[in-house]
Amino acid sequence: MQYQLKINGESRTVEAEPGTPLLWVLRDGLELTGTKFGCGVAYCGACTVHIDGYPTRSCQTFIEDAVDSEITTIEGATDKIAQAVQAAWREKDVVQCGWCQSGQIMSAIGLLTENPKPTDDEIKEYMYGNACRCVTYVRINEAIKLASEKLEA
Amino acid sequence: MTINVSRRGFMIGSAAGTAALLVGVNAKGVLAAGSGVAAATDLNPFVKIDADGTVTVIIKHFEMGQGTTTGLTTLVAEELDADWATVQTAFAPADNERYANLFFHAQGTGGSTSIANSFMQYREAGAAARDLLVRAAAQNWGVDASSITVENGMLKSGGNSGHFGEFVAIAATLEAVEKPTVKTPDQFKLIGSDKLHRKDNTDKTNGTAIFAMDVNLPGMIYAAIMRSPKFGGTVTSFDDSASKDVAGFIAAQILPNKAGVVAFGKNTWAAFQARDALSVEWDFSQAETRSTDAMIADHKALLDAPQFDANHEVPLASVEPLLANATKTIDAEFTFPFLAHAPLEPENCIIEPTENGVRLHDGCQFPTLTRPMVAAALGLEPSQVEIRTLYAGGSFGRRANGASDYNVEAAMAFAVSGRKVPVKLVWSREDDIRGGYYRPMAVHRAKIGLDSDGKIIGWDHRIAVKSIMKGGPMEGMVQDGIDPTSVEGVTESLYTIPNHGIGLSDFQTPTPILWWRSVGHTHTGYVMETLMDMLAIETGQDPIEMRLAMLDPAGTNQARMIEAIKLVREISGWEKGDKRGFAAHLSFNTCVAVVADVTVEDTSVHVNKLFMAVECGVAVNPDVIRAQMEGGAGYALCAAFRNEITLTDGEVDQFNFPDYELLRNAEMPAIEVAIVQSNNAPTGVGEPGVPPTAPAVANAIFAKTGKRITDLPMTKAGFDFV
Repeated sequence: MQYQLKINGESRTVEAEPGTPLLWVLRDGLELTGTKFGCGVAYCGACTVHIDGYPTRSCQTFIEDAVDSEITTIEGATDKIAQAVQAAWREKDVVQCGWCQSGQIMSAIGLLTENPKPTDDEIKEYMYGNACRCVTYVRINEAIKLASEKLEA
Repeated sequence: MTINVSRRGFMIGSAAGTAALLVGVNAKGVLAAGSGVAAATDLNPFVKIDADGTVTVIIKHFEMGQGTTTGLTTLVAEELDADWATVQTAFAPADNERYANLFFHAQGTGGSTSIANSFMQYREAGAAARDLLVRAAAQNWGVDASSITVENGMLKSGGNSGHFGEFVAIAATLEAVEKPTVKTPDQFKLIGSDKLHRKDNTDKTNGTAIFAMDVNLPGMIYAAIMRSPKFGGTVTSFDDSASKDVAGFIAAQILPNKAGVVAFGKNTWAAFQARDALSVEWDFSQAETRSTDAMIADHKALLDAPQFDANHEVPLASVEPLLANATKTIDAEFTFPFLAHAPLEPENCIIEPTENGVRLHDGCQFPTLTRPMVAAALGLEPSQVEIRTLYAGGSFGRRANGASDYNVEAAMAFAVSGRKVPVKLVWSREDDIRGGYYRPMAVHRAKIGLDSDGKIIGWDHRIAVKSIMKGGPMEGMVQDGIDPTSVEGVTESLYTIPNHGIGLSDFQTPTPILWWRSVGHTHTGYVMETLMDMLAIETGQDPIEMRLAMLDPAGTNQARMIEAIKLVREISGWEKGDKRGFAAHLSFNTCVAVVADVTVEDTSVHVNKLFMAVECGVAVNPDVIRAQMEGGAGYALCAAFRNEITLTDGEVDQFNFPDYELLRNAEMPAIEVAIVQSNNAPTGVGEPGVPPTAPAVANAIFAKTGKRITDLPMTKAGFDFV
């Protein structure tokens, strides 16, 4: 079937079967490979994208449920909050292998959009669903704090 | 074009009219310089400088997150006096001679060796390039080379100045010095600097970093494999009628080695669904059919009669009579489960046909092993197998596989597909968790005999574990039947231990096993440091003071360990009677000491903070070292808390992250890492943070509860972690 998707501000037409997870439409169909596959069961957060502004696991989102929504992937995360988060990530040298980081960053943008000044506990709670096998959490949390400060300034 | 492989470089007018200077070692291991075209065929350099001044460092190791891209670049940029901000990086092609790990004499990354083996090689490559540029500028300007200064990619002399690119054409005609002068430590600007950011910082934060799974090629088909549910099983027949109902299904075929059935699809999702719909009959006659409890019992039986004496100087038989005279003994038995590596990028590999053979797209950890294995699977010569190394989404040992398992699977899938289009093999997370190549299950039994003064009179230590090296390409490392990776950390203990007998037995199972971040030290470090804590408690000594007393400062590594221990004692404010946990361990030539602070409420444990001190020689990138200590500690905690792969009648019980839980953000303790100032040659940091972390936490739990944890994961002792 053909679907019209609104991704990163553009309208894209894709061929996919109903029931196909958005993740694979992004990665295989649209070559938006910044969104990663980690578990397929919404348990690691590597596939996190924004759907209508909310961090969502694309591995458990069927394509037919995404057609009327605004989808933003890491490639399209360019607003002020995204830039602050990415700059903070670089300043704190968060990344190691990097596979989970698109998802981490999409969640962090979601957090700061909802809550511009999160406490340490709020950060830890919000980011719980994004697993990092390299265990970069200490720096992730520092970077979110730093991004929050940058945005406030 | 004649290519000179001596130290003389050639200036070749390329079609594009641009010149590039390349510096590296030629086939004889001698530093050489040349132009871009010559180097592409013969010199295979580490440093490439384009006419526009762009410096590119060729990275011979693969990047799995450990920071080697940044580390190797630092070494070159330091000696070259390049502009750090603009230096580019590129991964080296598969080339066993030119890009060998100097410790392995083979191309590969592992054993925490990347910086250690490259330290002088990459610095000399940078220094040689700098020397060529200086002499070229001197010639161009008609000044004395000694008048030229180099800074941030610019050469200057009096009123003259120019960037590197302006001199590459002349530099490529000069002869590189055989042994360039490198800087002394007091001249370092980048090595040891805390101000350098990771080179993979930008592309890994904006979605543009390319990993193997991100590669999409025209006409590519996707493959997923149904493997035997019991290790060692083979396919007898299969039925793909249900797969035919999956949209995008192409075909299913038995792999040539009968280890599984591959389903091809038009995309990853179709391949997964078609694979899951397969119905396969298996022959389990050679398969593992035991359950975990039986396998542990079989390990324990092996401990009763060890096959090998791992300490040649002290046979176990000589220790037994000594222990009979002991006033007191400390007895303990430890069990460790199978563990999956679970890199967050599941295993995957693309093979595409080329004019000459095939090209692999892979986060390839050991090209030296993978290239011939893939060639053999396809009936090709290794030279016909090109490897494009990409970022790897973690490894932790999983990708350094003598069997090159997933690469060979991809090759077999490509072979049965007809070899006409690119094939991308993708593992699901379930494939990864259930797919073997685990940290082996291990069981230790120790009996320490003390005299009436509490002094050790004998130590009987027995280990049963499946050998990682036997039957694989590194079997040559096995000596007198002893696989060093089975006993490392016990045999090379830094402590002065009289009459330390070490027995080893090889466990046998078709379950494939592999090194897992820090290899044998994952269990030997835990056992040794738990026993040391038991010894301190039994003899009423401070755990740190006791260890310091058992380290002979005349030994090089002992002296380094003493420094690390004293540093962690200082930063943690450790005092006698401290209710925290301590552990220290040497692995991969690096000393790490840890103090763990935990809170225990009933059975719930929270690790509040870890203090770590590391002695790893010259700290090339201090922040990368800290990151590796943080990551290594977290990786260790995750496994120690709750990870295990168990089997029921030979089938793995776990499926995915819901039952093989990763460490979560809120569970990571605060962490403070201190680095011992050292001028020793650099040693590894990727793995050494792992071994002492779990025993430090276990010793802290003991300090708080009096409960000794000897069966891992720690949930088995009734604790949960919050």
